[in-house]
Amino acid sequence: MNEIVAMILAGGQGTRLGVLTENVVKPAVPFGGKYRIIDFTLSNCVNSSIYTVGVLTQYRPRVLSTHLGVGRDWDMDRKNGGLFILSPYAASTEGEWYKGTAHAVAQNIDFIDQFSPKYVLILSGDHVYSMDYNEMLDFHISKNADATISCIRVPLSEAHRFGTVITDNISKVKEFEEKPKNPRSQLASMGIYIFNWPLLREILIKDSTDESSSHDFGKDIMPNLVSQRAIYAYEFEGYWRDVGTIDAFWEANIDLTRSMPALNLYDPNWRFYTHSAEMPPAFFGPNAKILNSLTSEGCIVNGTAESSVLFQGVTLGRGSYVKNSVIMTNVKIGENCFIENAIISENVVIGNDCQIGIGENVPNERYPNIYNSGISVIGECVIVGNNVKIGKNASIGNFLNMVEMNVKEVPGGKNLRADGLA
Amino acid sequence: MKVLGLILAGQKGENLGKLTNRRASAAMPVAGKYRAIDFTLSNMVRAGIRKVGVLTQYNPRSLMDHLGSGREWDLDRKNGGLYILQPYVSETSQLWYRGTADAIHQNITVLRRGEEDYVLIGSGDHIYNIDFTPLFKYHLATAADITILTKSSAGYDPAMYGTVKVNENNRITYFVEKDKENPGDMINLGVYFMNKKLMMDILYSTVPNGKYDLVKDIIIPNINSLNIMSYEFSGYWRNIKKSLIEYKKVNMDMLNPDILNELFPPQRKIYTKLKDLAPPKITSTGSVTSSIIADGCIISGRVTNSVLFRNVNVKAGAYVEDSVIMEGSVIEEGAKLVNCILDKNVTIRSEKSYIGYEEPLVFEKWQVV
Repeated sequence: MNEIVAMILAGGQGTRLGVLTENVVKPAVPFGGKYRIIDFTLSNCVNSSIYTVGVLTQYRPRVLSTHLGVGRDWDMDRKNGGLFILSPYAASTEGEWYKGTAHAVAQNIDFIDQFSPKYVLILSGDHVYSMDYNEMLDFHISKNADATISCIRVPLSEAHRFGTVITDNISKVKEFEEKPKNPRSQLASMGIYIFNWPLLREILIKDSTDESSSHDFGKDIMPNLVSQRAIYAYEFEGYWRDVGTIDAFWEANIDLTRSMPALNLYDPNWRFYTHSAEMPPAFFGPNAKILNSLTSEGCIVNGTAESSVLFQGVTLGRGSYVKNSVIMTNVKIGENCFIENAIISENVVIGNDCQIGIGENVPNERYPNIYNSGISVIGECVIVGNNVKIGKNASIGNFLNMVEMNVKEVPGGKNLRADGLA
Repeated sequence: MKVLGLILAGQKGENLGKLTNRRASAAMPVAGKYRAIDFTLSNMVRAGIRKVGVLTQYNPRSLMDHLGSGREWDLDRKNGGLYILQPYVSETSQLWYRGTADAIHQNITVLRRGEEDYVLIGSGDHIYNIDFTPLFKYHLATAADITILTKSSAGYDPAMYGTVKVNENNRITYFVEKDKENPGDMINLGVYFMNKKLMMDILYSTVPNGKYDLVKDIIIPNINSLNIMSYEFSGYWRNIKKSLIEYKKVNMDMLNPDILNELFPPQRKIYTKLKDLAPPKITSTGSVTSSIIADGCIISGRVTNSVLFRNVNVKAGAYVEDSVIMEGSVIEEGAKLVNCILDKNVTIRSEKSYIGYEEPLVFEKWQVV
């Protein structure tokens, strides 16, 4: 028997990350020099001694499944428990995609039942944070709660983006509102719940036959439950980010380069584990100049980097200058390039004398909700070529070869896709 | 073709002084994150070898800790995998290994039991990246009894190595150990490939007669009776336990991008124990030039022409030049190091200054100075 089983929801696309999540699910998006977003949740589980974890996948799971493997990098290759990838499946009478977060868990009731846990911890693979789930579990037990929601205090002006909870003076939840237009509370749900398993089991079975439900924890399960059961709000104080937008993703990465960042990657008592390639230590050439930056294994730095995150295997050529940018695994940057406020995905090859992130800060014409904070985004495996100019809020689709397409300039706010510039 | 790998890793490495007081030379940290044995071990695994015996004797704790179950080299196998072969006490004997041949002879069961046809013997002290498969093919094509890996002696002191001469067919006709007067023109790189049955026959007939050294007592006396071939390697090869200066030079060689690329090409990886530390961080007061910096480091001072292992902390105002700093060391504010080797977890107190002149200054594990 395992006292607690964690279920990580890792099937969402994350549409507001634009080209970054066109080919990979959001939890598999690279983060912080060598990690992927789901590493933080998984490491929190291991560090909290939770070794029975189901990962619910749906949208483009290839990179995620390869990354997780049998969970060995997180010490989750266990004889008892361990890491399980739970994908949607076909059965004799039905067979369907996960219709919502609650439906995804409901489809795996028999998975959870085999461990006969007392508690089930519902987590999201989309968040970057460091949290000891035991403290939340202790709170849940001490309150004799049916379910506990982990919450974080946010500015009232931001609260409309979250599920918010209204509590009484003993932290009991009186109301739960999903993305309210006029928020009445600063306590935002982090999408982390602990349920007593017998109760959750019963609710999920009831919900799955409810035609009017959208089968979502935030929209359906929690708002209905608060009036009937003892639901408590556990207030988490610490670092937690939903890196769901280009701006938030960029900001959370760049935060790591500042002094004393709130997310401490160097804490020997709370390590973050990942599946990473075996590469030699970072190499700095005689002309390297580097300030406030992370540079991972396998990097070869001959240029200048400032306030940037360089992932594993990045090459930065002589005379090139990278500022406030996130440069992902195995990106090659030639000589005399200028790159500012950019996110450059894995395996991109940039030639010499390129300028990225230049010109006016005009919002993106086709996707104003995605690219609007002045950051230029280049998709994975793009070949950029020499002497190319890319403006602010521009995006380049994955796998494009700009040399073959003969594109030398992508102005600010424009998008380059296989069918041309738009 | 099934090959048994054997790695000789029992030596102290006297020439490395304090650095090998508490570890065998094969466990010496090299190149920012590796241990010396990683190179031979990875070379063997990449050549398809699935069973590797590591012969240990001198203080093996650090080496065993590093190797673990062999998982990082894919040697945690249901069949085969990693064997640690230590001297042991038995009904009939209780002896230390008296030499390289004796070490293998005492573990002859591993040779007898296995289904392998060939044995590849290497050393845990050698830093090189090689694909052994052409050597295997060469051995078969030339019908050799023993194939030895060699390299032109240019750039090496023949007084410190075994040297050989070959005839026009690459057969070794002359072999001397550390001979300054009449050296051969190629050095022996300490890698021997041969038929397992032949190896066993030779061991059975020599070791019980008091001949314990693989080179001196077995290979050299048989140079005319056996067909011993030379397979020439032209790449980077160094033996770290020759001297402190050589050990430091091997580390400094990693600052040459050509050598770095040759030792760590993406298609021929060197594996080591992973620690999953965060990427190194250079803060606003830090600067790094001509150096390699491993994961987990936080650099707030100035580092130039140096090799920093994992988790090194160089604080603001500190200056590190021409030095090798091993895992977990801390250089406090305003300290200065030039031409030093810091073993693991050394702390240099603030404002202190240490400069090595002819030889690098060496600081032992856990020293606080």
